[in-house]
Amino acid sequence: MTSSDAPMGVVTIRGGKGSRRWLSVSRAAGLALLLAGVVLVALLSLGVGSLTISLGDVWDGLFHYDKSSYDQTVIRSLRLPRTIIGLAVGGGLAVAGATMQAVTRNPLAEPAILGVSSGASFAIVTAVYFLGLTTPSQYLWFGFAGALGAAMVVLFIASAGRGGPSPVKLALAGVVLSSLLGAWTSALILLDEQTLDVARFWLVGSVAGRGLDTFWVVAPFLVGGAIVCLFLGHQLNVLSLGDETAQALGMRTARIRLLCSILVVLITGAAVSVAGPIGFVGLATPHIVRAIVGPDYRWVLPYSLLVGAIFLTGADVVGRVVAKPSELQTGVVTALVGAPFLIYLARQRALAN
Amino acid sequence: MAVFDYAASPRRPGHITVRSRFVALRVNYRVLLFALIASVLLLLLATYAMTLGSYSIPFSGVVKAVVGQGDPERLTVVRTLRLPRVICAILIGAALAMSGSIFQGLVRNPLVSPDVIGISEGAGLFAVFWIVTGFDLALLPAAAFAGAALTAMAIYVLTWKGGISPNRLILVGIGIGAMLRAGTNYLSVRYPVEQVRPAVVWQMGSIYGSDWGDVKLLTGLLLVIAPIAVALTWQLRALQLGDGVARSLGLPLERARLGLIVSACALAAVAVALAGPIGFVALMVPHIARMLAGPLSGSVMIFTGVLGALFLLGADMIAQHALPVSLPVGVVTGAVGAPYFLFLLYRANVRV
Repeated sequence: MTSSDAPMGVVTIRGGKGSRRWLSVSRAAGLALLLAGVVLVALLSLGVGSLTISLGDVWDGLFHYDKSSYDQTVIRSLRLPRTIIGLAVGGGLAVAGATMQAVTRNPLAEPAILGVSSGASFAIVTAVYFLGLTTPSQYLWFGFAGALGAAMVVLFIASAGRGGPSPVKLALAGVVLSSLLGAWTSALILLDEQTLDVARFWLVGSVAGRGLDTFWVVAPFLVGGAIVCLFLGHQLNVLSLGDETAQALGMRTARIRLLCSILVVLITGAAVSVAGPIGFVGLATPHIVRAIVGPDYRWVLPYSLLVGAIFLTGADVVGRVVAKPSELQTGVVTALVGAPFLIYLARQRALAN
Repeated sequence: MAVFDYAASPRRPGHITVRSRFVALRVNYRVLLFALIASVLLLLLATYAMTLGSYSIPFSGVVKAVVGQGDPERLTVVRTLRLPRVICAILIGAALAMSGSIFQGLVRNPLVSPDVIGISEGAGLFAVFWIVTGFDLALLPAAAFAGAALTAMAIYVLTWKGGISPNRLILVGIGIGAMLRAGTNYLSVRYPVEQVRPAVVWQMGSIYGSDWGDVKLLTGLLLVIAPIAVALTWQLRALQLGDGVARSLGLPLERARLGLIVSACALAAVAVALAGPIGFVALMVPHIARMLAGPLSGSVMIFTGVLGALFLLGADMIAQHALPVSLPVGVVTGAVGAPYFLFLLYRANVRV
């Protein structure tokens, strides 16, 4: 990619080839810093909890596994899957959020707000109740179908009328659809005490108690989808200039939109299947990232991936610490941190129109 | 001199103007007629509802029992079991529908209702806390009401930024709702399943087991709030013309908004406190009312209330009798309302 097709703000304002190079270097350095942050939060996630495990045992548990050590068994069987799933789900949801925000040109786009997560949840609970499915590898496909269906309904509804899908129209259609699907989901749950007991832990959104085997089933979609998204930064840059400009620049906007939407649905469906509906990671992360690196999606996407992983895993660690001896579920923490962010955005920006 | 002077409104067919020395009121009698017809239907449906059940009573028997005649067994069944429930359904349906109507007018968006902007979530968090921690259930409505009221206040304060912008109100409400729901979710996994189950049932919204205490409470509160809501409708109409026009009509914008928000929240809070968050009534009934009776006015507000009562009563009858298992009424309003509403959603956006 040559420097001439970098269209976005920061670069051109500073001007000059030297400063541009400096900017790239500093952004790459930031990326490295974030990578270090991911490692740090992963170590925290492995070590911190109702049982605090020393760094040495964490290291041994990962690389010189000794089955007789209780601490190392905890690392291997509980903390490691939890950490890996947290990192992947966080990164995936953040990338999905950033992609959605670019495709819909809507700062509020996010899998949970737009009803995609509730679509997946509803489909999965339905499958669990009616078909008696029990493992994620079985209900994963229902998660995809539900996510896809909900995304289509919300987009269809919000796109109707003058002015296309405005932030408020999208958010409202998403919330209304979510509340509808939520009502159906709880009705199903109520019919059966066992389903309630299982589903309530899953519906709150958590990365605890999932095995790595579960993760491997969803990983191709979750991680694969996120990685493909990372390569679409340039396309998203052009798309965020608006449809007309993008088309004038020779982009097939419909095709890119479709591709991005499919990726978002895959990522969300996979994330919900493994961790339940965890909200606000996809909303808050891209905004935080944009405040740091500016609006260039070639940087926003990889930064979002790392920041999202840190956000969700960090939320998981915080949830383990604050409510000892019990735990605050990851979905609870992200909502408590992320929802104020939505309020902040609503107060800051001219989203009103 | 006559206190009131009636005259057919020259410009608007279907209206009469009622004048007194100080106020002139244009009354849409066509809509009032609608409301009257709907009320008669409501009475019939309510009576029919009381004939249903495992102990079935003929229509005439119900009418007799309501006025206190007939054999004592019937009297007990009708007057202590069925009548309070029917009255509760009517009052709660009316309150929800009027609340939704005010919210939708206020934010000029037909997709808004107290459950969308977080009021129900506030009541839900407090009520679920109350249930799972095993406090005295007699005070549950008070807890739910407190939750709804506090939430409404928080939303108002956080939306305020030199004024209330309708769209900001929606987004702030969605944010607050999400936080509160997170709290409710946490409570639902923190406690054992047998304590959580009644809380989940409550969250579906049901009027099962309503008694005369509930009826008295509802009637008392709504007798105060509902007339205020109807009386404030003209301000809502002015606001719908846009801020500029409303201001030039001499309307104190923020004071009018505050009054409307308070009355709408109070209506919603009363309903949610007693029945739990019954979905889609507040969202859907105002649409049907507008479709049948035209744009919002005081008369349409009354009509909306009656329609809401009809809707919830019908839904409760289905929930109670039509299905093999008796379900919370919220499930039925969701199931009946949702498909219709999705269609409306689409249409509504086209018009906005």
